[in-house]
Amino acid sequence: MSSTTNPSTHHTSTIGAIGAPSRRNTELALLVFAVVIPVFAYANVGLAINDQVPSGLLGYGLGLGLLAAVGHLVVRKFAPYADPLMLPLATLLNGLGLVLIWRLDQSPRLQQRAESLFGSFSPDAPKQLLYSALGIALFVVVLMLLKDHRILQRYTYISMAAAIVLLLLPLVPGLGANVNGAKIWISIGGFSIQPGEFAKIIIAVFFSGYLMVKRDALALASRRFMGLYLPRGRDLGPILTLWAVSLLILVFENDLGTSLLFFGMFVIMLYVATERTSWIVIGLLMSAGGAVVVSTFASQVKVRVTAWLDPFGCYETSGACEQIGQSIMSFGSGGVLGTGLGQGNSDLIGFAANSDFIFATVGEELGLAGVMAFLLLYGLIIERGIRTALAARDPFGKLFATGLSGAFALQIFVVAGGVMGLIPLTGMTMPFLASGGSSVIANWALVGILLRISDTARRPAPAPASNPDAEMTQVVRP
Amino acid sequence: MNKPLRRIAIFCGLLVMALLIRDNWIQYVQADALQKHKNNRRVSIERYAQPRGDIIVDGKPITGSTETSSSDFKWKRTYKNGEMWAPVTGYASQAFGATQLESIEDGILTGNDDRLFFRRTLDMITGKKQEGGNVVTTLNGAAQKAAFDGLGDKKGAVAAIDPSTGAILALASTPSYDPSTFAGNSTDTDTKAWTKLQKKQNPDDPMLNRALRETYPPGSTFKAVTAAAALEHGLVEDPDAKTDSPDPWIMPETTTELPNEGNIPCKNATLRDALRYSCNTVFGKIGSDLGKDKMLETAEKFGFNKEQFVPTRSSASVFPTVLDKSQTALSSIGQFDTATTPLQMAMVASAIANDGTLMKPYMVDRLTAPSLDAIDQHEPEKMSEPLSADNAQKLQSMMETVVEDGTGTKAQIPNVKVGGKTGTAQHGVDNELAPYAWFISYAKGEDGSSPVAVAVVVEDSQAEREDISGGGLAAPIAKDVMKAVLDSK
Repeated sequence: MSSTTNPSTHHTSTIGAIGAPSRRNTELALLVFAVVIPVFAYANVGLAINDQVPSGLLGYGLGLGLLAAVGHLVVRKFAPYADPLMLPLATLLNGLGLVLIWRLDQSPRLQQRAESLFGSFSPDAPKQLLYSALGIALFVVVLMLLKDHRILQRYTYISMAAAIVLLLLPLVPGLGANVNGAKIWISIGGFSIQPGEFAKIIIAVFFSGYLMVKRDALALASRRFMGLYLPRGRDLGPILTLWAVSLLILVFENDLGTSLLFFGMFVIMLYVATERTSWIVIGLLMSAGGAVVVSTFASQVKVRVTAWLDPFGCYETSGACEQIGQSIMSFGSGGVLGTGLGQGNSDLIGFAANSDFIFATVGEELGLAGVMAFLLLYGLIIERGIRTALAARDPFGKLFATGLSGAFALQIFVVAGGVMGLIPLTGMTMPFLASGGSSVIANWALVGILLRISDTARRPAPAPASNPDAEMTQVVRP
Repeated sequence: MNKPLRRIAIFCGLLVMALLIRDNWIQYVQADALQKHKNNRRVSIERYAQPRGDIIVDGKPITGSTETSSSDFKWKRTYKNGEMWAPVTGYASQAFGATQLESIEDGILTGNDDRLFFRRTLDMITGKKQEGGNVVTTLNGAAQKAAFDGLGDKKGAVAAIDPSTGAILALASTPSYDPSTFAGNSTDTDTKAWTKLQKKQNPDDPMLNRALRETYPPGSTFKAVTAAAALEHGLVEDPDAKTDSPDPWIMPETTTELPNEGNIPCKNATLRDALRYSCNTVFGKIGSDLGKDKMLETAEKFGFNKEQFVPTRSSASVFPTVLDKSQTALSSIGQFDTATTPLQMAMVASAIANDGTLMKPYMVDRLTAPSLDAIDQHEPEKMSEPLSADNAQKLQSMMETVVEDGTGTKAQIPNVKVGGKTGTAQHGVDNELAPYAWFISYAKGEDGSSPVAVAVVVEDSQAEREDISGGGLAAPIAKDVMKAVLDSK
């Protein structure tokens, strides 16, 4: 630990939460905005498309308000010192996501497309509202049942097994569903589930538990070479395993996003746990090597890379190029201020317009201004997550919060970067925004866990003991 | 663990920053290019979101719009008598884009033009739907009909101009196409119709605007330009004086004889007779005596070697710039590499008819707002003066002789003074392909000024290779067009 060698870091100790206000009323005030803004957006869409305030406005407002209220009351009761920003941010994104999905449900183009492809069209917004309710329910369950996140430490290796099972489920014949080449879905009784979204959280439990135990070995037993502390060969085992698993996901499930997410998350957590920059270097080298190997052999990945390099060069001939080309044109057509909700043509994207590509609708209808606002909202969630990790007093909590926020950041980058043509497109969705049950439910659970960790971190320390010696030892290292 | 954690925080910040920068790149820097990208369907969606304005001839629209049930394109373009007007309108198709007038004046027709900005803003405030403005053309319906009917099943083109203003009165091209047939975006009907019209499927290339975009060897009609050059550069002063023209004539620096078509009196013929009988020997020698530079100067004053924008682009007609003496001789009788559009030859006739002043050809008289207020009125513009009024009148009288008593008698109109020149252009290697029949002419009104100049070209005429074929095939069409214009005055 650097704090043992570098006394200056003591000043940045985040123990100062003693006596800190709970900030629950701040959260409530922010939540009012987080509900009112989507309600206005909803009215805006209705006025733009049908020239009238949508009939479901009251129901929608009450529904979202109710969900927010439940979330808030549960936090107030079970995690009173939790971070005040995350719940309003998640609610706002979820609410706006519902509005965008409802807006795309009104698109005649997408309706016709669904009718010609599947024989019938069914709106996604009601389903998404249901999923959001389920998400809040899971959020409540997490806060009520998970009294202390350190309990999860006990399930380190079970988590590993569970995560691997979840990741491999889409490969099980009869269960897995191949959607546009990527095998990241399973379908049970008419429901499609993306197990990777849940695996994201569960595997973070494993990484945190494992690294907490092994970090000293991984950090200290090393040789110095060209300014880098190189780990011993046998300590390379975990990262090599993870690398192999990520490559397997990439090759067999054709999913660049999930693969990148897990490997990236592991490297970030490894770095934070060991404080050895060498892990970052090794991680980058390995992902670069893996990317080169896979992009030469996996045709699906190759197609995506070609589409990313020059979407308009193969626009007429390749579906992948057309998708990314449509997405970029959608962003471009929005310009600085956007066309206004309900008035764009982002539905031209057709495939996955309200899930993978929902950010293009933000781009076209809310413009550069809207997209930057959304990115900053996501940035705030990430920042609050890392702040939680900084504040956490136990290594497990630190690593866990780091992993979850890091994964969240990588997911935002990979998805938004993909639809904006910054990096090759992957099959992941914008958290809270995109249509899809797994994503919204898993991310509410993620926010629940982060709130639990931050509640533990910000909770005032127990009243000082009368023993002055005890007070001396009260200071907890960061 | 906090130090690396802070670095991770910075790393996450960089990820978001990268997204923000990328977003500014595509939504601000590249936004304009992406909005107008050729693959961007929004361009056509917007174009057909409301009825287009109309293209107007003689106060009546020749286009229209009809509402469709398609989810993308609410309105579809329709055309009245589309085949006849296609060379004027071009097309506006939901699936295949727009060309020519439909494309050039797209801003006015859709209402997106900057000149309509104030009105558009007003409409936005009052909640009115955006409307397109109209394009009022200079065309004359009767003349266009005469030209199109005259060409009939034959392959060819007609261009007619009002010499005093440059206003285009007729612009016909056959075989033509009906832009209505592919104005929509149905793969069943529109794509099929479109494919059938493409040059690959259809060697007749019906979508080629022959009046503006095809260049033909002008043959003997070019002798009018050579005659003008001879007068302008002082080589001939009196059209009725004998010239020093041997027949047969051996082209300079060669042993090749330049033949005349048929047995015609060309030896030392006067300029008038040479034009009347279309003597290759006389005009070949004039061209070679004047030299390449003087010929080029006059040809370029008539508009050769330059694209014209009427506002539809017209191909540049060619008078070669690098020539030896015998090639100059051949070029001066409209052979060798000389090639012109029908519009160019109509400009030649119109400059002669307008006493030597060439007016810039145009076909859009004015652009109007949806309320029919004119927002842009075209003012006739002088383009050049290829010959003096005096010389122009001499040339007129010679061309009138051609029609009265020469190769162009078929263009005579009772009680109207008509001047013209026939031409039969050979083409193909060793001239094995059927020749083009040409006729250029103008008619004079009672006051001596000319309201119409015409150029007609008929391809693949099966006629014999005699100069008369231009007079036989093309002259009657020119006559009908001139008559239509005179009658509508």
